[in-house]
Amino acid sequence: MNTTIMLFLLQDGITNGAIYALLGLALVLVFAVTRVILIPQGEFVTYGALSYAMLATGQVPGTARLAVAMGLVAFALDLFFARKALHARLVIRSVALNIVFPTALLGLVYALVSPHTPIAVNIALALLIVAAIGLFLYRIAFQPIAHTSVLVLLIASVGCHLALQGLGLVFFGAEGLRGPALSNAAVTAGPLRFTGQSLAVYGLTVGFIVALWLFFGYTKTGKALRATAVNRLGARLVGIRTTLSGQIAFLLASVIGAISGILIVPITTLYYDTGFLIGLKGFIAAIIGGLVSYPLTAVAAIVVGIVEAFSSFYASNFKEVIVFTLILPVLVLRSLAAPQVEEEKD
Amino acid sequence: MSALLKVTDVHIAYGKVEAVRGVSLDVADNEIVTIIGANGAGKTTLLNAIMGVLPLRGRTTFAGIDMAPLDIEDRVATGLSLVPEHRELFGTMNVEDNLELGAFRIAKAVAATSLERVYTLFPRLKERRKQLAGTLSGGEQQMLAMGRALMGAPKLLMLDEPSLGLAPIIVADIFRIVGELRAAGVSVLLVEQNAQAALQIADRAYVMELGEFVLSGTAKDIAANKGVAASYLGFQHEGESAI
Repeated sequence: MNTTIMLFLLQDGITNGAIYALLGLALVLVFAVTRVILIPQGEFVTYGALSYAMLATGQVPGTARLAVAMGLVAFALDLFFARKALHARLVIRSVALNIVFPTALLGLVYALVSPHTPIAVNIALALLIVAAIGLFLYRIAFQPIAHTSVLVLLIASVGCHLALQGLGLVFFGAEGLRGPALSNAAVTAGPLRFTGQSLAVYGLTVGFIVALWLFFGYTKTGKALRATAVNRLGARLVGIRTTLSGQIAFLLASVIGAISGILIVPITTLYYDTGFLIGLKGFIAAIIGGLVSYPLTAVAAIVVGIVEAFSSFYASNFKEVIVFTLILPVLVLRSLAAPQVEEEKD
Repeated sequence: MSALLKVTDVHIAYGKVEAVRGVSLDVADNEIVTIIGANGAGKTTLLNAIMGVLPLRGRTTFAGIDMAPLDIEDRVATGLSLVPEHRELFGTMNVEDNLELGAFRIAKAVAATSLERVYTLFPRLKERRKQLAGTLSGGEQQMLAMGRALMGAPKLLMLDEPSLGLAPIIVADIFRIVGELRAAGVSVLLVEQNAQAALQIADRAYVMELGEFVLSGTAKDIAANKGVAASYLGFQHEGESAI
């Protein structure tokens, strides 16, 4: 192989790796705060990407209606669980978040949708739709069982993945979609050509990592999320609502997923079920990071991206096999190095 | 004066086993009350249930508010605070972050004054403010747990075995500070195995055995009680350090 090909492969790998890093970080975040292994992360990617692609063609994506439906269920759950101590403030808050927000969003989508809507507006709408779905997903599927074991949460997570993937087929059909690029600019450096899209991928990934670092290190809410992850009982004893922490974690994860999707959909055609495989690669990075370490996860994600790029060049049939095999030695090492720990329940 | 905390005929069960049976107690404003008793008497269980960590059957009111419909977070907001037996610190965060989170529900300006007050009370914490909570010594961790609870400006602080596993000199320090809290307008409900030290600083005491209160009265009377002396104060005489 010559240097040029190697550079191309590296560039390709880093671009994909950056996306996996975003997803891996979201997985670590959600697991730390809620102990949920977020299998539906891939669906956030698909929903974000395909909602954006549909909006760009002037259609209203079914996800906007799904958000309204999920909001109704979330509202009913709020009322049911608070039935013994209902007060006006709680009901008003619940109506605003679960009914008014998704309905207004659906209205906004209908009002703004056209083939000529600016890209920025479409991106904002797609992000808001997926954010609402992420938030309600936690409220409906995970908050009522938040105190159960990791295994129960994982099973619920798989269930959510299957349900959302099925709904994805209904909303977007079996055909793949592509979205318009964020920018058509390109920069040439030596033999390499950086498209505006790949520069946006790098920029947003670095931006998000810095933003997350600032959020967790310097804001009260960020610190409260970390505290929930470190010690749930301790967090509750200082008055941090662990349900709110969970909702914020899911909100962040869904927005990160949707952004990743919007970043990839101009580069590759996405199908209703493509997100799962992309999410799974973020998951490998998160596992290598032990589901606790953010920096290790980010580095592992770049490695996963590069390994994938090189294996698709040398042995494209075995691309996925090689990538997923990466996880085996890590798991063996980790289970040998770490003593058996009893699972925390609260 | 009405009671700040009033617990009436409380039963707490783990499955079918009743760990606490028909217990009633009250704590008034500016009062230090201690519950003493052997390991496994149900003291920790009782505190956890008052805080809402465990479910209970019976009636608890705090500052005139019925606690039954409130969860832990709401109870914290009413001014009730628990320093649990295992401290439950945020081990991978530094001392200052731990304290700051203690004031999670408090306005920022008020929290700044609370922080100064906590640092005055525990100068050691100020020295270690950038150190991770998990790397502190046992005594410092206990101070941090108490400091974190005080950051929330509680009306009543419930302390669960603050002397557990600490060196005698640190224990003396902690108990001195508990005594000082009264001057700051904080009532204390103290659960201790170290009965002698607890009885020295408390106004009133309850003696707990196998899930029931067998004795209650002023701390002086309880300390003078022969049965209590034999069971909980060992053969120690006054003035000897309790270990």
